[in-house]
Amino acid sequence: MTLADTPPQALDFECETGNYHTFCPISCVAWLYQKIEDSFFLVIGTKTCGYFLQNAMGVMIFAEPRYAMAELEEGDISAQLNDYEELKRLCLQIKRDRNPSVIVWIGTCTTEIIKMDLEGLAPQLEAEIGIPIVTARANGLDYAFTQGEDTVLAAMAHRCPTRAPEAEAEKEERNAIAKLLNFGRKQEEVIAEASEYADHPPLVMFGSLPDPVVTQLTLELKRQGIKVSGWLPSKRYTELPVIAQDYYVCGVNPFLSRTASTLMRRRKCKLIGAPFPIGPDGTRAWLEKICSVFGIEPQGLEEREAKIWAALEDYLQLIRGKSVYFMGDNLLEVSLARFLVRCGMVVPEIGIPYMDKRYQGAELALLEKTCHEMGVPTPKIIEKPDNYNQIQRIKASQPDLVITGMAHANPLEARGINTKWSVEFTFAQIHGFTNARDILELVTRPLRRNTSLKDLGWDKLVKEEAIV
Amino acid sequence: MKLAYWMYAGPAHIGTLRISSSFKNVHAIMHAPIGDDYFNVMRSMLERDRDFTPVTISSVDRTVLARGSQEKVVNNITRKDVEERPDLVVLTPTCTSSILQEDLQNFVERAQMDAKSDVMLADVNHYRVNELQAADRTLEQIVQFYIAKARKRGELSEGKTEKPSVNIIGITSLGFHNHHDCTELKRLMTDLGIEVNEIIPEGASVENLKNLPRAWFNLVPYREVGLMAARYLEAEFGTPYVDITPMGVVETARCIRKIQTVLNAQGVDVNYEDFVENQTLHVSQAAWFSRSIDCQNLTGKKAVVFGDNTHAAAMTKILAREMGIHVVLAGTYCKYDEQWFREQVSEYCDEVLISDDNGAIADAIARIEPSAIFGTQMERHVGKRLSIPCGVIAAPVHIQDFPIGYKPFVGYEGTNQIADLVYNSFTLGMEDHLLEIFGGHDTKEVITKGVSADSDLNWSKDGLAELNKIPGFVRGKVKRNTEKFARERDISQITAEVLYAAKEAVGA
Repeated sequence: MTLADTPPQALDFECETGNYHTFCPISCVAWLYQKIEDSFFLVIGTKTCGYFLQNAMGVMIFAEPRYAMAELEEGDISAQLNDYEELKRLCLQIKRDRNPSVIVWIGTCTTEIIKMDLEGLAPQLEAEIGIPIVTARANGLDYAFTQGEDTVLAAMAHRCPTRAPEAEAEKEERNAIAKLLNFGRKQEEVIAEASEYADHPPLVMFGSLPDPVVTQLTLELKRQGIKVSGWLPSKRYTELPVIAQDYYVCGVNPFLSRTASTLMRRRKCKLIGAPFPIGPDGTRAWLEKICSVFGIEPQGLEEREAKIWAALEDYLQLIRGKSVYFMGDNLLEVSLARFLVRCGMVVPEIGIPYMDKRYQGAELALLEKTCHEMGVPTPKIIEKPDNYNQIQRIKASQPDLVITGMAHANPLEARGINTKWSVEFTFAQIHGFTNARDILELVTRPLRRNTSLKDLGWDKLVKEEAIV
Repeated sequence: MKLAYWMYAGPAHIGTLRISSSFKNVHAIMHAPIGDDYFNVMRSMLERDRDFTPVTISSVDRTVLARGSQEKVVNNITRKDVEERPDLVVLTPTCTSSILQEDLQNFVERAQMDAKSDVMLADVNHYRVNELQAADRTLEQIVQFYIAKARKRGELSEGKTEKPSVNIIGITSLGFHNHHDCTELKRLMTDLGIEVNEIIPEGASVENLKNLPRAWFNLVPYREVGLMAARYLEAEFGTPYVDITPMGVVETARCIRKIQTVLNAQGVDVNYEDFVENQTLHVSQAAWFSRSIDCQNLTGKKAVVFGDNTHAAAMTKILAREMGIHVVLAGTYCKYDEQWFREQVSEYCDEVLISDDNGAIADAIARIEPSAIFGTQMERHVGKRLSIPCGVIAAPVHIQDFPIGYKPFVGYEGTNQIADLVYNSFTLGMEDHLLEIFGGHDTKEVITKGVSADSDLNWSKDGLAELNKIPGFVRGKVKRNTEKFARERDISQITAEVLYAAKEAVGA
């Protein structure tokens, strides 16, 4: 597509019916329980929730997960049983079997409808059993998929200490060895610190990422002389970062708008609104924005970005000029689309469950700018998409690649349309310079696979559908 | 409230969706919040379905909570009616709609006024029944609905078919090896000279349900799904049903003899004894297998069986009666149908376990230490932890239990498949023990690649820490690539930064 002469357009936002497929937000327990090592997630819901979790998590369920269902029975629904007593019984059982440092209650659709006052019950029970209880309403009535993490982190933000904590005796005993190791490490850091970092106010990052990615992004900032004082969430609940008034905070994922507003409004932090560090262009823009807030002149980013792009050339050749269609289910869509436009792809439509134009403002601006610089039309952004309508549009426009949920992937493949399963972007490492290749590995996989099958003539594997 | 990590049978709406999506051109609309259409993923993934799963959500969100669904459900039904032209739309309640207590029947009636398709409300209570019970009930409900409709219009097929014929009832989408079982049953009926009148629900059209009374009898291969429909047809038309699962040599013969009785009672004179004998002794390999010296080695070996009623009962009988294996414990998660299971297996095993708590069965396995387990995917994982081999015989299952090769569990080919499954489970176990006794494969030293572990390079503490975060199976490769990278650049100390620089450079 050559549309270099089209005049620059602004982004076009639409909203459809909301009949779309996505994961239930309670799925966030799957990655959060692994991230926060001393946590236990209790999902208070029905068999439906449990069935979703055990099927969506696949084999993880067998690794003695630190999550469970508090399965509501008929007596709970009709209030014949006392919620408080029931939850107390289960939480004591969890305390006895696992002894976690925090129990996170995940409220579901059912607890919403029967108006179970989880926020009210939690502090009472917390005092009675001596384990912090964090409540997050990650339900399908209000949220989609990754927004589940947002509700949990927003709830955790309230629990971050305002100043360095004095460890309580019991916890200290339990983590004696970890403490010892940390202590050693911290001392080393203190010595190095003074010379390596610029003088700037404390900066706390938010968003759950695998530990290697945390290290990578922390190192990127360190190269610019910026020190990350903490990360929400941290590896352990007991190590939640100190967050005080006027600290700076910055998000690493596009679906964290509630966490961002909680940090701003309730913890009086200053939010750095930057594009997200997805793709080398996003990572550079993210670093530059943070540097600019602290008045630091970024060093060597241009060359670094160029080097990464050069290393991606083999993949770029496969996708340049091709079109990619986002059906929308995990809120990473805008950032991924922006990166893929920079890679030379054309994006006709970005479906997205929910669009926070303020929190994603910088990302949207970068998308628009990228489209203009690459000379491609700006995509239509469709909030709460309608999957049925989308499939009609896909059939009409025959994009080269559709990024979609598993419900539609196989049927589309059978109709000769390349697809990539969107959930993989949530679980793969996609942040920072280092992982740009991993994103393209995912994006190009269907194209590479189908190139090797190209000559077999097996494109359309369904019989022609009758046109009514 | 119940603390639960795992469940064997899914929620009720899954059962309803399995039935509705098994029929051709039937669309289900779930009254549910966003995210509850996980059924579509399972069907698309596990069954590798080429078509879009005919299930849509009429989403329950904040507005619905505040004001009720009002026109929303009705509009969604009539919209789907226009878009897909289904024969039937099944409005499916979920746990959420159960507690909202909206008058869904009223929505159905209003939608029916505009829709060309038939509209029906699935009669299942989320808090009272599970997936299997709901499937059984929904199938009965759809059959009832179309029999009544045909009767009203005077279109009900009267009289029996000319030759003896059968309806096969209970083959469903996402059922354990159901497609292969269906093919095997059709083959068996052909061999017996019986015409297949209708197969429901899989692949059937609701328009054909009016032909159900034409069959001479109904065959219900699975205990869990189809019995209610068969009983309804018996009450309504006097059609007898055969509910003996033809799984294993003895049970297949028993099923065939029952069919013989049922047909002879209707005035045909059939004798299947020669067929049964020929199949048993010469066609199926299972009877010969039981006699062979391989199977002799299995005598008295301890096994645990767990699954749904149909498969756990059949496997228990096969193991005990046909192979001489000592079934220490047989169990089922179909608590609601406990009595039937006890009657079936009591004489073939030492103890019976009725439970839907995966912890209870895992503890029992650990206590018994059988040589092999026959269970669901859950028991397979228990077996992995305890190093006991496991053959998967029942749902819940994973994608590998939807094989594309022909693997029925019923009929004579089914007996062959089961013999292989049992034998492979046990020999693997034996091999394992032999390896243990002799200290593993003797080639171990030789096949280890001679990659020198020593290097002149120095790994810093943080570098090593990062390296250890990399999953074990690629760690060696990453380490080699990083050291190569460092050597080429004369870097002597490998830090985390060097590790990631190497990753960027080589895409490792």
